[in-house]
Amino acid sequence: MTTPIIETRELHKWYSGVHALKGVSLKVESGEAVGLVGDNGAGKSTLINILSGLHHQDSGDVLVEGRPADIRSPKDAMRLGIETIYQYNSMVPLMTISRNVFIGREPLKWSIWGIGILDERKMREESVKAIADVDLHLRSPDALVGELSGGQRQGVAIARAMHFKSKVMILDEPTNHLSVKETAKVIGFVKGLKAQGVTSIFISHNMHHVFACCNRIVAMALGKVVLDKPAAETSIEEVSALL
Amino acid sequence: MRRLVKLAMQKPELASAMLLLLLVVLFQFRSDGVFLSVNNVRGFLGLLPETALVAVGVTLLMISGEFDLSVGSVFALMPMTMAVLVVAGWPFWVAVMLGLMLCALIGFLNGWLTIRFDIPSFITTLGMLFMARSLTVVISGGFPPRIKPGEVPSWIFVGFVDEGGLIRASVLWFIGIAIGMSLLLSRTNFGNWVRATGGFLPAAAAMGIPTGKVKIACFMICSVLAGFAGMIQSLRLNSFLPSLGEGMELQAVAAAVIGGTSLYGGVGSIIGGLIGAILIRVIDNGMVMSQVDGNWFKFAIGALTIFAVVGNAWLRRRGRAMKVETDK
Ligand SMILES: Nc1ncnc2c1ncn2[C@@H]1O[C@H](COP(=O)(O)OP(=O)(O)OP(=O)(O)O)[C@@H](O)[C@H]1O
Ligand SMILES: [Mg+2]
Repeated sequence: MTTPIIETRELHKWYSGVHALKGVSLKVESGEAVGLVGDNGAGKSTLINILSGLHHQDSGDVLVEGRPADIRSPKDAMRLGIETIYQYNSMVPLMTISRNVFIGREPLKWSIWGIGILDERKMREESVKAIADVDLHLRSPDALVGELSGGQRQGVAIARAMHFKSKVMILDEPTNHLSVKETAKVIGFVKGLKAQGVTSIFISHNMHHVFACCNRIVAMALGKVVLDKPAAETSIEEVSALL
Repeated sequence: MRRLVKLAMQKPELASAMLLLLLVVLFQFRSDGVFLSVNNVRGFLGLLPETALVAVGVTLLMISGEFDLSVGSVFALMPMTMAVLVVAGWPFWVAVMLGLMLCALIGFLNGWLTIRFDIPSFITTLGMLFMARSLTVVISGGFPPRIKPGEVPSWIFVGFVDEGGLIRASVLWFIGIAIGMSLLLSRTNFGNWVRATGGFLPAAAAMGIPTGKVKIACFMICSVLAGFAGMIQSLRLNSFLPSLGEGMELQAVAAAVIGGTSLYGGVGSIIGGLIGAILIRVIDNGMVMSQVDGNWFKFAIGALTIFAVVGNAWLRRRGRAMKVETDK
């Protein structure tokens, strides 16, 4: 058996009295597309927020490619190749596409102590390329993200993660509030990840979406994993019955 | 019309710039040419860098999503600290550096308290407004310190640089700092973080931007600029008064807003804040020169501020409506 790209061991998390994760152990193999499902408040976001560095577990361990990983900030997670796409939080609407693609990781012409002059040409060229690579076609990298549709925004977020060579992409309800057509587009992006060898964890309340693009299903309820099976060996009915 | 709306949306400072031009022409006409006379322009250019520097700092801070009501008090505290130190025998440059460092410390406290305890900066800096003003009075000891003209090299900051005695060094300092701040905001990664932090905090944080540090840095820049501006004014007047800069904080916010800066952060430009500050000075000075009752000044600034906010909100709504049209 190969080393899992991500492994959690007995993760516990409390939010002042709420026991949100009650010992979550999970293995994600390289190249898999894992669908994470569960009712509201099951602890899905809590789990992935720990992996993406927004929160830290109260006990338990996270291992990345077999090595213990102490993920304390989003930067730490990104350095380990973990990129996260949220329902809303990943873009600044009033900034341009190229600026959004490089937020926090801007290419600089020169710098002192980490502060320096932006290489705007490079930002523009590379964002155009990154967006084209996920088969998204936008007029200009200088358009404001706020002018894009919800599906296009998620496309740009995925393009950004791909550009920075993410190994694991976590998508927390990326299709919420999107139209049917836009949702199909995002599902298409997720399917494209597997083709490019990127491991993904996809969270959604819609079983059809999860079964459409994932090869493994993990179900959570009340802070625990209650099902973990290859998608081919389970069904929407079995999973729904557990939640 | 659509193109006009779109342009005005992308460059909210454009409308203010046009209004500015209009007012200059109007005041020149109404004052029978006194408004643009050498004497009046000299006075105008003396005061402008001082208020505009404060506006520049406040604009930067507002773009990062925070407020600073303590700038007026810091405006007085810095020169008072410097003067007291000079009178006590400290070298001028050491006194200036210590004064500016005190400003940086106040900015740091404003930011740190706001971030650490997650309270509105409106409240933190309101507290600081009183504290810094009180400190200013206390260290002055009740008697404004006196520095003899020529005792300190104040010409570096406020000496006239041209033969005709029209432009002071402060104008050059101000232009240099304004250009520097404008480049910092628009051309550097730090500027990108400031906009992202003020534009949408959760996104900035999720992308690994140290949003707390970015805000604290903006608070510090804002305070240092306010202190520096206060020092220039004190050196120009060669008097160090504990009451300096009272009411300045709200004028600076008004300048930023008139120049198109959003109260919610993320939107605005240094040049906008600058135009706002010039507009306020032009209105103040132009009204006096055209012999309008000076008590109308605050009324005019207030009305203009409300007008600017309403206008910008309207533009943004129009802009959104337009996007729907282009989608089809
Ligand atoms: N920041 C927080 N502070 C306090 N409690 C929290 C916080 N975040 C989550 N919780 C609580 O932790 C539990 C798990 O929440 P979590 O957001 O992980 O669920 P979820 O599975 O993502 O649900 P949903 O499908 O609604 O997104 C819930 O009881 C929730 O109320
Ligand atoms: Mg959730």
